[in-house]
Amino acid sequence: MSDRMFVATRKGLFRIDRSGSGWKIEQAAFLGDSVTMVLPDLRDGSVYAAVGHGHFGAKMHRSTDGGATFEEIATPTYPERPDDVEPIRHPYKDMEIPWSLELIWALESGGADETGVIWCGTLPGGLFRSTDHGASWQLNEALWNEPTRKEWFGGGYDYPGIHSICVDPRDTNHVTVGISCGGSWQSHDGGDTWVCRSDGMYADYMPPEMREVGHIQDPHRTVQCPSEPDHLWTQHHNGVFKSVDGGKSWIDVPAIKPSTFGFAVAVHPVDPNIAWFVPAVKDEHRIPVDGKVVVARTKDGGKTFDVLTDGLPQEDAYDLVFRHALDVDETGSRLAFGSTTGSLWCSSNQGDSWETISANLPPIHAVRFVDG
Amino acid sequence: MINVAFTDNIQRHVECPPCAVNGSNVREVLEAVFESNGKARGYVLDDAGAVRKHMNVFVNGTQIKDRANLTDPVPDGASVYIMQALSGG
Repeated sequence: MSDRMFVATRKGLFRIDRSGSGWKIEQAAFLGDSVTMVLPDLRDGSVYAAVGHGHFGAKMHRSTDGGATFEEIATPTYPERPDDVEPIRHPYKDMEIPWSLELIWALESGGADETGVIWCGTLPGGLFRSTDHGASWQLNEALWNEPTRKEWFGGGYDYPGIHSICVDPRDTNHVTVGISCGGSWQSHDGGDTWVCRSDGMYADYMPPEMREVGHIQDPHRTVQCPSEPDHLWTQHHNGVFKSVDGGKSWIDVPAIKPSTFGFAVAVHPVDPNIAWFVPAVKDEHRIPVDGKVVVARTKDGGKTFDVLTDGLPQEDAYDLVFRHALDVDETGSRLAFGSTTGSLWCSSNQGDSWETISANLPPIHAVRFVDG
Repeated sequence: MINVAFTDNIQRHVECPPCAVNGSNVREVLEAVFESNGKARGYVLDDAGAVRKHMNVFVNGTQIKDRANLTDPVPDGASVYIMQALSGG
């Protein structure tokens, strides 16, 4: 099992290691600064960290010594809007969608056969790719120029954002992207062309006529089973959905409990029928159901769910778990998740029981194990 | 010449010593600064070249009006201050 994780928080990046005496924060970086995403790149040992400075904008950093030191690298930068391209206005708010980086929200490694390739999802909705370990970035213009982008909109943020990027381990040209709120999109040619693949998802936050429109869906987080890549899971604003056809279509999973709303999802690396969620009260409440932090786990592809509570606070707990703040290691046995209240929990038995690593971290944006 | 000074807070991320450059408006002045300090550009301006939402630029103590195109005039001998806005309390 993995004995190392990185935890990206509102006030810094923490490397947390497990030894004989248990889990311990071994390194802190960017203390005081908001780290919006972290990516341990298993292919070459690099660690990428996205920092969101409130005043100075989003920046990207890379470590080649396991997170001990970081060096600022190139920031994904939007090109200048051509004069003959009309600016897009937010469909429901009186604001223009800028051609300017607002937030780095997703970082994923390319395929095993393309070391140095990094994908980056951002607000206000641009997908970037680097082929040189982040020394330079290129906006994916095909998706940025997709005509339906004018109807994408932000959920929690004002602007739409790309939070999930799944690179198919069988074919690195096959990429699935989750956008809040722009639906699920797929490319089979490395990003040259894109097709919206939200069939089966529905949006109860829209008028009935638009409920099943693909490009206004709000997948909160999408993950793909590494060993069975035709199996994907999505925690959507209106429920849990799974795909068994490589993300071409989605099946409602209504058995999730204690609620259908949430942000985070993790899938077992080998058995696609095992997945974990951290449900919450939906929409404007966004707190645990009945003040109890729980993890919902299915072992049968979503037919039934166990509500896991052992070791988690079951009284007066108001932790929310963001979409990137739940991770499973490469064995499928060890999980960790962190909350907006700065609590961090870990399980070494697929969630049957949990231990508290810390209850005093800053609000947690992302948790990622270092495997291998 | 125009004297340009930066907020201390930016120095933690990118070294921005005071400098003297030529220019007749804010865009020309900032471009002259970034010519020798390219890394500072992304900390002050967004991708579209506008002043970042939580940054301020002052010319002789007056906040500039045109934050998008930076056309405010800068008289010779002026002082330009690049500050962070007091956002977030």
